[in-house]
Amino acid sequence: MSTGVEETPDVEREAELEELLGDRVLARETHLNAPGVVVNPGDVQDVLFTLRDEAGYDHCSCVTAQQYEDRYETIYHLKKFADPTDEVSVVVPTPLDAPVSQSAEPVYRTADWHEREAYDLVGIQYDDHPDLRRILLPETWQGHPLSGDYDQDKPQVVTLSEHANPLLPDHRDSEGDTMFLNVGPHHPATHGVLHVKTVLDGETVVDAEPDIGYLHRCEEQMCQQGTYRHQIMPYPDRWDYVSSGLLNEWAYARAIEDLADVEVPEYAQVIRTMGAELCRIASHMLALGTFALDVYGEFTATFMYTFRDREIIQDILEDLTGQRMMFNYFRVGGVAWDLPEPREEFFAQTRDFLDELPAKVDEYNDLITTNEIFQLRCVDTGVLEPDVAKQYGCTGPVARGSGVDYDLRRDDPYGYYPELEWDVVTEGGCDNYSRVLVRMQEVEESAKIVEQCLDILESWPEDERDIQANVPRTLKPDADTEVYRAVEAAKGELGIYMRSDGTDKPARFKIRSPCFSNLQALGEMTEGEYIPDLVASLGSLDIVLGEVDR
Amino acid sequence: MSNDDPRQSIEGSTAPSTATQDARMGAGVDDRFNSKLREAFGASPFILTKFDEFMNWVRGNSMFMLQFGIACCSIEMIHTYAIKHDIDRYGAGVPRASPRQADVMIVPGTIVSKFGPRMKRVYDQMPEPKFVVGMGSCTISGGPFQEGYNVVKGAEEIIPVDIHVPGCPPRPEALIYGVLKLQERIQNGESSPVVVKPYELERFGDLERDELVQKLADEIDEDDLVMRYNWADSP
Ligand code: SF4
Repeated sequence: MSTGVEETPDVEREAELEELLGDRVLARETHLNAPGVVVNPGDVQDVLFTLRDEAGYDHCSCVTAQQYEDRYETIYHLKKFADPTDEVSVVVPTPLDAPVSQSAEPVYRTADWHEREAYDLVGIQYDDHPDLRRILLPETWQGHPLSGDYDQDKPQVVTLSEHANPLLPDHRDSEGDTMFLNVGPHHPATHGVLHVKTVLDGETVVDAEPDIGYLHRCEEQMCQQGTYRHQIMPYPDRWDYVSSGLLNEWAYARAIEDLADVEVPEYAQVIRTMGAELCRIASHMLALGTFALDVYGEFTATFMYTFRDREIIQDILEDLTGQRMMFNYFRVGGVAWDLPEPREEFFAQTRDFLDELPAKVDEYNDLITTNEIFQLRCVDTGVLEPDVAKQYGCTGPVARGSGVDYDLRRDDPYGYYPELEWDVVTEGGCDNYSRVLVRMQEVEESAKIVEQCLDILESWPEDERDIQANVPRTLKPDADTEVYRAVEAAKGELGIYMRSDGTDKPARFKIRSPCFSNLQALGEMTEGEYIPDLVASLGSLDIVLGEVDR
Repeated sequence: MSNDDPRQSIEGSTAPSTATQDARMGAGVDDRFNSKLREAFGASPFILTKFDEFMNWVRGNSMFMLQFGIACCSIEMIHTYAIKHDIDRYGAGVPRASPRQADVMIVPGTIVSKFGPRMKRVYDQMPEPKFVVGMGSCTISGGPFQEGYNVVKGAEEIIPVDIHVPGCPPRPEALIYGVLKLQERIQNGESSPVVVKPYELERFGDLERDELVQKLADEIDEDDLVMRYNWADSP
């Protein structure tokens, strides 16, 4: 278990935990971000209930599973929606020969999928889990790829039969209206390779169960094979690949900078902030365009307009980073290079875009949000109540569209955000319409941020433009240091858990993807609604399968 | 007859060319071809070609793409369809949602084990003749994820590919270039090269009875279609 970290989280909180949990705590750990308590596999629910109901840890942000030489371990990263800096990690070790622990699903709904993933990739079993099946890999897969003794060269057999109709014959009589419908994995409305198993009663959705894993590209394994310094950074671009590259890179950058104790120069932080917000605009534009496509089915106006604007942003980002989508621009301790020369041109180009943006936003409002047909489709459909959203660990525009005021840029500040003037957007409608509104307004807020960054960059003294801290060529953080750090990506809280083992590669690299948690709520949002609303809800969740499956 | 001879004499005609013209414009039907076709078309010009070549030309200039998004590359693919790059300029801009209406499949992204059989299925559903453009390094070799336990090392392990567009992701311009190259090939009547395809959809009952198959025998029905991945043999 990890100890020996200089940054001790505040003593008061530890004492509180001690009092609350008493002798259920077997041992203490210190993670860089939070105190950790080690508990018995049999006490999981008990401890988590206490923490949730009495201490207010209502957000189960992530569940990490990993295997050590001598044991398996599950870590529940808990937070508070009201204050995400107040964190605690619940560590549950299980023996190698019997990796069974209690499921957290009754406490946090979101643990359902997270534990299935842990079972799938690492091989830990959860008692009491409602449905412990593989989630990312095919049902017939042999072995657990992130466990110790997995042999990657063994052959595997994958079936095509998962799309068989699971309805029992007694539900299939000729009079009944029950019908099973496979949406995807190749379907225009699923935004990639997602499969939704839908049971319909007439036109009403009785049950919608997303089936994921069609784009599981072993991102965690790839990162575990790469060195901290340079080899990991290209991968984040490919998690949420809708031009949100810089936002994702920041998640890794933030985690490694905490782990290796690197201080980033302020100038670099301003550039990062600007780049990240440009990415957010591009990403929300795509969400908007494809949502209009899903809801109207029109390929001509809104969709093309949003792509017109994305092209402009991609040009700007290309000037800045050298690539249109896969930027690989952040470095540990800063960014790769300064703004492109001539700087004036870059500033002028970016400002032009920002100047034109308000008129464009008006245009979108005319086309979409004030359109009656659009409103009919979206208002009061796909309702996600705030409590449900929290239970499912929803974050980002999805949570903010349900009135959950949670934005890590403000609540767990990083980068240059605290220095700037901007607002967190929330809407209380909890429906598809609110989520669209949130994204549209966030575009405007991001534009504000970019504008301020431009002002700051323009007036920055020429001889103080430090773009990178001094970081050693090989990074070898102390052995057994653990950290979980999250940033506000385009889709919500994107977190990275890393454990170092003293080498230049992470021993465990776990990605907490916002889309993964958001998508889990789909069933809840669509049950009892019409099938077209399922498509609209899916669109308004704005998932990216690269990030869901990783 | 040497090549220096005037053209008229090569043709074996003594009449000046204007005479032919006059004949065509004036005194009724030109009988140079002395054919039924000429009679039918009268004075309008026409070209003779082989039906196959004509079809290839048509095919090349009007391709229906399959609307098929897999991973990151599909975003650049959408940009290629959308405003600015607008691949419709080349007669290839109408993505069809159903494979049964499509001639060309752009494979834009990483193929993983769970998706392999589905992609094969989608490909099989397309009517002949069909063409495939592999977009991005992932469809060439698995790209950045080549070492992944779950990643198919290139689209050619499953379906034949006509054109590979390298890049991660390729720029829209590169994809357009690839599509134009494909048009060229189609117009010249060149179809997919035959390649090694290690992974095929098979009936589970037809698989060789090795250790793995024995183990799965209770789980999988004899008649189910499966794909068997031999990771050790792929590059
Ligand atoms: S080639 Fe690169 S951009 Fe394209 S799908 Fe693969 S990883 Fe993504």
